[in-house]
Amino acid sequence: MRQYFGRKLLIYALTFFVAVTVNWMIPRFMPGDPVASMVARARISDPEAVAAMQQYYSNLFGFDQPILAQYFNFWGALFAGNFGISIWAYPLPVADVIMDAVPYSLGLLIPSILLSWFVGNWAGALAARRKILDNTVLPVGYVLTAMPYMWIAILLCWGFGVVFQVLPVAGGYSFAMQPNLSWEFVGSLFQHWLLPFVSLFLVALGGWAIGMRNMIIYELEADYSNYLAALGAPHRLIRRYAFRNAVLPQITGLALQLGVLVAGALVTEIVFSYPGLGSLILKAIQNQDFFLLQGTFLFIVLGVLIANFVIDVVYVIVDPRTRAGMTGATT
Amino acid sequence: MTLSVQDLRVYYRTLRGDVKALDGVSFDVADGEILGLAGESGCGKTTLGKALIRMDGRMKLVGGQVELDGENLPIGDTVKMNPFRFTEVSIIPQYSMSAMNPTRKIGRMVRELLDSRGVTVDTDELHRRLDLVELSRDVLTKYPLELSGGMKQRMVMVISTLLNPSLLIADEITSALDVSTQKAVVTTLKGFRELGFVKSMIFITHDISLTNQLADTIMVMYAGKLAEKAPADTIVNRARHPYTQLLISSLPEVGVRYAEKKLTGIPGNPPSLLNPPVGCRFQDRCPLAFDKCREEPPAVEVEKDHFVACWKA
Repeated sequence: MRQYFGRKLLIYALTFFVAVTVNWMIPRFMPGDPVASMVARARISDPEAVAAMQQYYSNLFGFDQPILAQYFNFWGALFAGNFGISIWAYPLPVADVIMDAVPYSLGLLIPSILLSWFVGNWAGALAARRKILDNTVLPVGYVLTAMPYMWIAILLCWGFGVVFQVLPVAGGYSFAMQPNLSWEFVGSLFQHWLLPFVSLFLVALGGWAIGMRNMIIYELEADYSNYLAALGAPHRLIRRYAFRNAVLPQITGLALQLGVLVAGALVTEIVFSYPGLGSLILKAIQNQDFFLLQGTFLFIVLGVLIANFVIDVVYVIVDPRTRAGMTGATT
Repeated sequence: MTLSVQDLRVYYRTLRGDVKALDGVSFDVADGEILGLAGESGCGKTTLGKALIRMDGRMKLVGGQVELDGENLPIGDTVKMNPFRFTEVSIIPQYSMSAMNPTRKIGRMVRELLDSRGVTVDTDELHRRLDLVELSRDVLTKYPLELSGGMKQRMVMVISTLLNPSLLIADEITSALDVSTQKAVVTTLKGFRELGFVKSMIFITHDISLTNQLADTIMVMYAGKLAEKAPADTIVNRARHPYTQLLISSLPEVGVRYAEKKLTGIPGNPPSLLNPPVGCRFQDRCPLAFDKCREEPPAVEVEKDHFVACWKA
């Protein structure tokens, strides 16, 4: 057991190192010069002042050092908990900018992913039981999965925001408000949260339902189901076993979904101008904000790794076959 | 009389028509009798075994009566059949290796299965039977994948017979085992009958020599019909049906060198059961076939307990 997790942790550490390195490299391959655009923002025409500013910013962000030194400084700062200063939101530190956005992203994504997983599995399992349900759940499921995230988002935006005008179409809360702890503000948060949530929920729902339906049908045809039926076990018991076994691959799927969590909602957040990490990534790219981009990517990498690790642990608990694999590998 | 099957017809529904896998089979199995059911692939032996306990969705009961201990078995009605399963009729399936839920500990699975049938587990009895098949008691706290193939087989044998069924169907249970394990399985099954765990048994196999070690009576089937049924010795030594004779002669004998005498198979293939030939179904492969074989031969009792369906017998 310890060896199994030790090996897993080593793999995770290696993945982390490679991923963070790539994250560091990607922004630096982008065309354009962030310092130049910052200076341009200041609208100064005096060449001497421009040169001075350029030097100041280059020094501040460490761009005047050799590229390898920048890389090592980056790792050093990372372990000190310092993610650098945002160029787009200068002079706010990247950590603060990200921390402001994280609650919005997680608040949107975790409920939509988990709820669509639960509802989808439930609907799929039900569909595998009855022909009529199967004939409705399956086509609806296919339509939902095939729908692009942004398209359903735009559709909802247009329907509820423009035609019926019942829900706001942009922002994380009303533009007329300042964040505070009042019921009014919470209500506004909820109103703004609803449409992006529903769009993410609906699109993910179909895939889960179809997957679960197919897995259940497969499990109900399995030998152990046939044996139980031959011994007169009631459908309830057979279905319970089938459900439990069918849910295992779905757990893996959930892990992968939780992993790509932030990236998955990027377009949705942009459609609804939702102030989460997705919008942040877009702004970071538009402004050549190396540090913000690195920071958000780092957050995503951590998310993927943590989600995977949690699922590894969960799998060991729910599937005895994994446990057998562990002992097999150590001998 | 434990089991009495009268003119059983079970067809498989396919898009091209009905496959007549069992086409009018009648036989009896007495109390305490072990009936060996032999024949080549596709002759309907597994269909017969399944029909007696649980038909799958493609199978259709076309005709026939089955009585067990004087009671009519509603084999065509899967819901009405349920009270009989496990308690009266039980099966050791072909697929013992994968018959247990891989994600449940065996003991828990057995408990849940019995609970669902409204029976409480008699732990002492269960332990006694595990001892009997030489399984250690901690298999109950293990998952199926922690057991070897032979252990799984024995575990399934114990589970299937736990409620002392009147009739046990053992469907090709030795096919996946090596020879020494086959012998052990046969001995165990005999023991089960001696101890009264099962009253009578239908042992389905394609291996006639193994059947001979276990069965009191052997029934040979061909293309969905009964070819010959007789006490085991009679089938092996004095078979009357040309198919049985050919089947026996194609078996190797221990101690005989086959340098001079080549083993003969049976040339040809069984007929399609979608449109079986009129008359005797073996006529196309039969060395003795003559004009009369266009008519269907009835199963005749040529001597006591010896039934043959052949005009030449």
